[in-house]
Amino acid sequence: MTSMIEKPHSRKDFLKGSGALIVAFSVPLGAGAARARAATAAIGPALIDATQIDSWVVVGADGRVRIQVGKVELGTGLKTAHIQIAADELDVPLTSIDVLESDTWFTPDQGTTSGSQSIKSNYPAGLRQACAEARKALIDLAAKKLGLPAASLTTQNGAVVSTADSTKRATYGELIGGQRFNIRITGRVPMKKPAEFKVIGKPIRHVDIEDKVRSKLEYIHNVKVAGMLHGRVVRPPGINATLVSVDGFPKRIPDLVKVVVEKDFVGVVCKTEAGAIKAAETIKVTWNDPGGVPKDHDELYARMRTWPAQARLLANDGDVDKALREAKTVLEATYYYPYQLHGSMGPSCAIADVKKDEATVWSPTQGVYPLRQAAARMLGLTNQQVHVIYKEGSGCYGLNGADTASLDAALMSKAVGAPVRVQWTRGDEHVWEHFGTPMIMKIRGGLDASGNLIAWDFENIQASRGGRPGNVGAANLPTGHLIGQGIAPRRAQAPTFPPLGADTSNTEAGYLKDEEGLVPNARVIAKTVDSPFFTGPLRSPARIQNSFANESFIDELAHAAKVDPVEFRLRYIGDERLAHCVRVAAKAAGWQARVGPKPASKGDIATGRGMSAMQYEGIDGYAATVAEVEVNKKTGKVRVTRVVCSHDVGIIINPAGIKAQVEGNIVHGVSRTLKEEVLLDGKAATSRDWESYQVLRFTELPEIKIALINRPNESPTGSGENAMTAIPAAIANAVYDATGARIRRLPLTPARVKAALKDL
Amino acid sequence: MATSVKLTVNGKRHTVQSAPDTKLLTVLREELGLQGPRFGCGLSQCGACTVHVEGEAVRSCIVPASAMAGKKVTTLEGLGDEHPVVEAFIAERAAQCGYCINGMVMQSIVFLKKTPRPTEAQIKKALNANICRCGTHYAILKAVKRAARTAA
Repeated sequence: MTSMIEKPHSRKDFLKGSGALIVAFSVPLGAGAARARAATAAIGPALIDATQIDSWVVVGADGRVRIQVGKVELGTGLKTAHIQIAADELDVPLTSIDVLESDTWFTPDQGTTSGSQSIKSNYPAGLRQACAEARKALIDLAAKKLGLPAASLTTQNGAVVSTADSTKRATYGELIGGQRFNIRITGRVPMKKPAEFKVIGKPIRHVDIEDKVRSKLEYIHNVKVAGMLHGRVVRPPGINATLVSVDGFPKRIPDLVKVVVEKDFVGVVCKTEAGAIKAAETIKVTWNDPGGVPKDHDELYARMRTWPAQARLLANDGDVDKALREAKTVLEATYYYPYQLHGSMGPSCAIADVKKDEATVWSPTQGVYPLRQAAARMLGLTNQQVHVIYKEGSGCYGLNGADTASLDAALMSKAVGAPVRVQWTRGDEHVWEHFGTPMIMKIRGGLDASGNLIAWDFENIQASRGGRPGNVGAANLPTGHLIGQGIAPRRAQAPTFPPLGADTSNTEAGYLKDEEGLVPNARVIAKTVDSPFFTGPLRSPARIQNSFANESFIDELAHAAKVDPVEFRLRYIGDERLAHCVRVAAKAAGWQARVGPKPASKGDIATGRGMSAMQYEGIDGYAATVAEVEVNKKTGKVRVTRVVCSHDVGIIINPAGIKAQVEGNIVHGVSRTLKEEVLLDGKAATSRDWESYQVLRFTELPEIKIALINRPNESPTGSGENAMTAIPAAIANAVYDATGARIRRLPLTPARVKAALKDL
Repeated sequence: MATSVKLTVNGKRHTVQSAPDTKLLTVLREELGLQGPRFGCGLSQCGACTVHVEGEAVRSCIVPASAMAGKKVTTLEGLGDEHPVVEAFIAERAAQCGYCINGMVMQSIVFLKKTPRPTEAQIKKALNANICRCGTHYAILKAVKRAARTAA
């Protein structure tokens, strides 16, 4: 049934309810922190010290262990992986572990759950280190209690046991249940070795599957807060529209509480959701809409080249211009990647309860702390006065509408002085989420007389606006835009080196990533221009775009050098793990070497295969894929018939979880490559629903074959994005193999493919 | 203005106050507190809100509650314990974020009643109007096949 949440009045009440009692924190405070605590004592300590075991591991009197992480389950299986990590490090059964995810009153600040960085954070350090230190502390406590040397004790099944006499034991509950460790994490307590793992590496069923299938999970959409009202945002017709007047309702809305207006933000708050839907649908608002956004992607790409760009010089090795002059063959190609949607199944939803000097926000955000900061800035409160509690939403794949809906709710709650729930519509989510960034990528490559790659000259332009919440308040998000806290336009800036940030985002192909300088002359420039629409991280942000270009271009170079594309890659890949991925995928797919497209077959259907391989962000795991396609030469329709993927992210925590992630990446990647593109009309984005934004359906699924490579002694990286990053170029290369048409612009719609075939 | 509508949901009779155009989904979720059917699009395009009305799969986000007067509505909560399709989805781990799964389950149940021994192609066709964004499709297909085997 739907749950009713009473906001915990204090940390103590909350802990009573959760079965584990801890007394208030007593960590030494700096003067600033002490003042902050004094100022906000009424709403709980809100001070978490990630250097204390107690911030990560809580043992209840009943011996159950609660782990507290600053990361969240987004449907990826992270919660289960965290439980596996804690179970092995603490020697506690999986079923005795509960997880508290991302709550600014209780969990450490681990930033956002994004970028496939979560296991990477909590396996080599973070949670696992805290568990190792907790285990040592429990052994030390037992040594005292049992009067035995610590060296003679071990842990099993939630208890410390004498190795000599198993009757001499003390359970964790007996040792510390309901009390604090009060021990600082040293970072020096050794963690277990992979050979000692019992559940890491096992295909554990995700702990939340049953609740999800039985609809018992408390999604944000199901959360109800006592006294809660329902708010909806009345969206302007275009991104540049400004409010002229709010002209009221044609028919009285019986349960209307308030029309909230702040600059261009118009919201309606009603007592019931049905009332709020009605009010938002019928309210008359006059807008002034100057338009001024591109009418389609052709115009967008043309304009992106002329907008003021900030440029970063990410690599400048050797002498690229000279090498290109001296090259026997120079290839140049430009690739285009469109705006795409996260397109979450459930439109975003959030609840906020804003009072004079405190606020609570229940949100499906990927980062409770960054959202807390944005909400505090927007509401005029301190960070400590805002309590953000994570509640799972529908899959987000990056920065969907979750944070904006949370700020919408906070704004309206402040205006009406009561808790407000905001449920976005499908159109809100499609039009006002942060789109995946469009990108133009131009590459020049030079081959010498022997077909060696001697020059690589890469330049991209990405259009970007706003982003994740954080210290700029609401300015990064549509809520801030509407209330007039917009961000300043970007100023042009010539390429600077070293880069402004360290984000290389796969601008460099894997082939350049070697200190031996396998491509001796390489230049990489990344440019950013202002986007007319909000953009933000979407599963493999910038990496999928850049890898589409890099891996298509490698295919072009291979054919120009008259070398099979797999063989060509293996010549230049310096990293043995990536090379291994390429070999494994090629073998699993039964790759047949050839140069140039497959000889034309009779009939309307042409078949082909292509490869793409990359190292995510240059440091975060590897994937290689072979895509096999059928192209209908008459209609231009591409069908991906099979995707073979090899995948290496170091040690595998949960093979079942990774398999689900890789399958999801492949299906999502095929969808993005063949179908997904946001439509524009000069005023707004016009993909408002699933008709105007097409996605892959069951009858279009490719066959999938996955080879997971486990490396127990290598630290784990993420699995959320790798496989997807290697999909688009594999498909485009397969279309080339099938037809001889090189298509450098996504998605590969029938019209685009048909036009390319005509030009052959 | 609101009128009273009598409908049977999961075997229980309810009288709800509903405006003529208030959707069945809104009544199920907001008035009856059910959370099986989910709001996904409000346009009958994604399937997340699917319920059974007189044994047929219906997208509750577009049908007015007032049109359900006197009809038997079943949501996921009303399927009873250990429904073979629900159990098959759990056994096959057929959920990532899980938001679409209500629709996948409810659609599959009606499909399997009519097509107890389906081919994979038939299952794909039957679920083609249900959207999943996590890419859980293969686990879902396996679950429907398992449910068919279990029931056979």
